[in-house]
Amino acid sequence: MKFAAKSQTQQEIPTAALPDIIFMLLFFFMVSTIMRETEVKVEQKIPRAEQLVKLQRKDIIAHIYVGAPIKSTFGKEPVIQADGAFIDINKVGVWVEEVRAGLPEAERDQLTVSLKVDKEVQMGLIVDIQTELRKVNARKIIYQSPQKKED
Amino acid sequence: MAKSKNRGSEEVNAGSMADIAFLLLIFFLVTTQIATNKGLTLLLPPKQEEDEPIEIKQQQRNIFKIQVNSLDRLLVEDEPLDDVSQIRDMVYDFVLNFGSPSQVKKGKKGKEVSEVETYNSLPASMKSYISRSLGSSESSDGPASAIVSVKADRGSSYEIFISILDELNAAYNKIYGERVGLTDEEFRKLNRNDPREKALYDEARLGIPKAISIAEPTKSGE
Repeated sequence: MKFAAKSQTQQEIPTAALPDIIFMLLFFFMVSTIMRETEVKVEQKIPRAEQLVKLQRKDIIAHIYVGAPIKSTFGKEPVIQADGAFIDINKVGVWVEEVRAGLPEAERDQLTVSLKVDKEVQMGLIVDIQTELRKVNARKIIYQSPQKKED
Repeated sequence: MAKSKNRGSEEVNAGSMADIAFLLLIFFLVTTQIATNKGLTLLLPPKQEEDEPIEIKQQQRNIFKIQVNSLDRLLVEDEPLDDVSQIRDMVYDFVLNFGSPSQVKKGKKGKEVSEVETYNSLPASMKSYISRSLGSSESSDGPASAIVSVKADRGSSYEIFISILDELNAAYNKIYGERVGLTDEEFRKLNRNDPREKALYDEARLGIPKAISIAEPTKSGE
């Protein structure tokens, strides 16, 4: 037949470039991601928002996580997690001061406190945290939130 | 024996290279998270003093009040509101009202600007919108004195608070963007580390402070 000649061509897909493609993916992930520093021990279903802004300085952030504990042994009430440990509301100020003390002097006033809050949390706790932050003059805060998807 | 070895190919077998790379890739996928330093920024007011003279001095028309009760129901300017997304246009109109813009220069040192000057710096399309449909004596005097106050009950949810804050930011970003000829999204994405974009950002914000106040919530029994 006419087609017989064609069937003699090589059937295999060249896979020599496959490692390169995978390496490319690997480098992409290495660059665009950060290591998990702390294990988050509270529920984190964060409400989405639309008007997000990126922080200009990523290194001078103090992370606070708020939500109900994942392990039910710690109860169901929302707790505050900072640096891998649960802290009491009146320790928030002290903790921020500690973080601030670890920063170079010129950057201390630029510290941003990032709040990652579960959507089930009530505003009372959030306002209490804000009041604590105001006491230690940590006035820059950011409510971290994923981008709202277009309808 | 030795001869038979030579018959094989001389190349190093690279077939498993992809597997090794995959293994590394999966390792990184599991141990890392995508850098998400994105969110809604807020500048808290300075440390609270015993009494707050600033709050009292403000006239009622210069405060845009948003209240939330424990059932997540909204009271905006003393009127109940069901749709959160309406806040955006209301705040936009409130801030740009220019009811009686003052000549007094306010703002950061060296960058003081009066409300009249702010008005004059707006593009023609915004000016015509303001003179056509705004300028009410019931609403704010000018952007420098306008304050948006959010008062959420202790029992209201964080979710509704974020959606309100989102709308407020949307309104301000719309104003800032329009002022320099950008959409609100383009304005949000301005990179402040780039001097040219930073200048645009500062130009847009000059004279229109983002005054969002999170009031102390009502405690039960008070």
